[in-house]
Amino acid sequence: MEFELNEDQRMFKEAAREFASERLAPLAQEFDEKEEIPQEIYKELSELGYLGMMLPEEYGGSGMDFLSYILVMEEFAKVCAALEISISVHNSLVCGAIYSFGTDEQKKKYLPRLAKGELFGAYSLTEPTAGTDAGSLKTTAILKGNHYVVNGTKTFVTNGGIADVVILFVLTNPEAKSRGISCLIMEKGFEGFNVGAKEKKMGIRGSDTRELSFEDCQVPKENLLGEENKGFKLALTLLEPSRTAVGAQSLGIAQAALDEAVKYSKERVQFGQPICNFQGIQFKLADMATKIDAARLLVYRAAFLHDKKVKCTREASMAKLYASEVANWVVNEAVQIHGGYGYMKEYAVERYFRDARVTEIYEGTSEVQRIVISRDLLK
Amino acid sequence: MWLSEKHEKFRMKIREFAESEIEPVSAQIDENAEFPHENIKKLGEMGIMGMVVPQEYGGTGDDMITYAIAVEELSRVCGSTGITVAAHNSLAVYPLFLFGNEKQKKKYVPPLARGEKLGAFGLTEPGAGSDAGATKTSAVLKGDHYLINGSKCFITNATVGETLVITARTDPGKGAKGISNFIIEKSMPGVKVGKKENKMGLRGSDTAELHFEDARVPRENLLGKEGEGFKQFLITLDGGRISIGAMALGIAQGAYEKSLKYAKERVQFGQPITNFQAIQWKLSDMATQIEAARHLIYAAAWLKDQGKPYIKESAMAKLYASEVGRWVTYQAIQILGGYGYLREYPVERYFRDIKLCEIGEGTSEIQKLVIAREILK
Repeated sequence: MEFELNEDQRMFKEAAREFASERLAPLAQEFDEKEEIPQEIYKELSELGYLGMMLPEEYGGSGMDFLSYILVMEEFAKVCAALEISISVHNSLVCGAIYSFGTDEQKKKYLPRLAKGELFGAYSLTEPTAGTDAGSLKTTAILKGNHYVVNGTKTFVTNGGIADVVILFVLTNPEAKSRGISCLIMEKGFEGFNVGAKEKKMGIRGSDTRELSFEDCQVPKENLLGEENKGFKLALTLLEPSRTAVGAQSLGIAQAALDEAVKYSKERVQFGQPICNFQGIQFKLADMATKIDAARLLVYRAAFLHDKKVKCTREASMAKLYASEVANWVVNEAVQIHGGYGYMKEYAVERYFRDARVTEIYEGTSEVQRIVISRDLLK
Repeated sequence: MWLSEKHEKFRMKIREFAESEIEPVSAQIDENAEFPHENIKKLGEMGIMGMVVPQEYGGTGDDMITYAIAVEELSRVCGSTGITVAAHNSLAVYPLFLFGNEKQKKKYVPPLARGEKLGAFGLTEPGAGSDAGATKTSAVLKGDHYLINGSKCFITNATVGETLVITARTDPGKGAKGISNFIIEKSMPGVKVGKKENKMGLRGSDTAELHFEDARVPRENLLGKEGEGFKQFLITLDGGRISIGAMALGIAQGAYEKSLKYAKERVQFGQPITNFQAIQWKLSDMATQIEAARHLIYAAAWLKDQGKPYIKESAMAKLYASEVGRWVTYQAIQILGGYGYLREYPVERYFRDIKLCEIGEGTSEIQKLVIAREILK
């Protein structure tokens, strides 16, 4: 067993930490308050290679392994979880989907432009009545001649309003239910593609979450990603890395909250001494650090297995479940340590508290992770 | 439960008002961070702003259980309204009634109790939070007036309140025994409202700083005697904790009901999600813990009504109700899934609102200190 990062991994992590702390940290609160991340930030990200992190150089990517990507996501989430999730979706769910399942033509058409940031991506599976029960999609795509005609409504689409390309899950064979699901590369320019109003969320407010609807939207046949009616399996395959990535996001938020709590507890004087002198605070900090470390090991293990191309459905779910629960526990304690200040938007822990909450919901709720883990145990 | 018919009737009355008048605006006052002046005025007309004082002082003379029910029911639909009422009654009206002399009581209590004016309590300072005895605000007697200097923060109703009860140090050498309480009118010279706080939740409630720059406060506005301030605010907070517990209880109850309704309607895997054991167990745990919290709160209120000791019990009630309440609102969001994270659905607000209950009027950590002190004495 080795617990060391290689040189590349260390380098990617350091670079991300530097960019995140210098460039993003001063803006994160503003992104939250204005519920928007300006386009120029995405432009900078593309110039630094953060929009094609795991793509090979031939597609204009940065050629990171998965663990490096996870390290970068953790660093980004430490300062701005909203931006982190936005580029995480773009990288692991959009670039990742096209790279893993696309034809050569599709790869050449989309990947270089995605990596350069000329195109931005979203991923859309959830529908108003198909959340945890993702197999019960209602959006249909019926092949007519050379086009699929898409009708239906998708919800909670991260990057929904800023995406040019959407990895969209649809029913091509409605009778077959989850065995009739296919994946299409949807483009914003296709007629009949409607973008709904931006959702107002508790946290990760800088990220753009929307409803998307399709009315007789024509998608060229060649935009089918992977095989027809094999889309559900494709979605499940993509969930392994994306769940691990939410684990990394949870870790980043939790670590940032701990860092703030440690700092505050050393500075805050009550009863004539810094509050870190009190055992009640010391034990809280010790528990926070221990749980974060345990979560980190689970997340890195899932990433390690993914890099080794070992199936890690259970491990990815465990990493996501545990890290997200730890994150929410940690941010709560961090707010407690800050007392009244922790409830105020002036202090970063207030935002961490709201941001962390989503990690137990998206990419499968904690309840779904428990279903996945127990199913694997019981099979 | 041991509640009388009178209590239950009162609950129905306040619930009906809360659902018809307060709930329709609760999301809006949160989103716009606007104080619900209209509803507070109506609550004043209903006697809700003077529940803890007798009729001769403009109040309703209700018992503590009735008051707890009021805060609970208001918070069930709107935490911001709940805390506004709780802070006004428990932290301003009550100490004025309890520690004021007859002249002070006659002058200040009735307009507050009738809801014509709002009250605030200024204890916390930037350097005096959990260590409330570290008050730096000073009060120096000069002739017939005290000159007050200093700053208070996180003060509920600071902007809307006209009558303030403020702690200040009258004797710098005496530690906690050098603290006194003053009745300060907002209009007195040198009293200024500072920055309005931008909060995670309870955004419809008014939280701001208060600044005193050579504020001239007549000598007769000293509450009780010099040096009694520390004792007075401890007693005030013992009672206030019951109302914060009731607030947490109400928010938890509201979140529970909303998630229960959603769970019955939400169909996944071809059936309502209430068919799944994981959801059933969540709901069972939520209901059980809410009921336990409710009993702790009413028991503490009952002890207070009976004139029995209730310091430990009120701290336990507040600690438990706020922690359970946060857990309940957390689970309520979990049951709603993605919808629970949207500001369109009330459980999102309930989750942000209830967090304050573990912080305000003594953090959970302070409640544990209070409980331990009582256990170990």
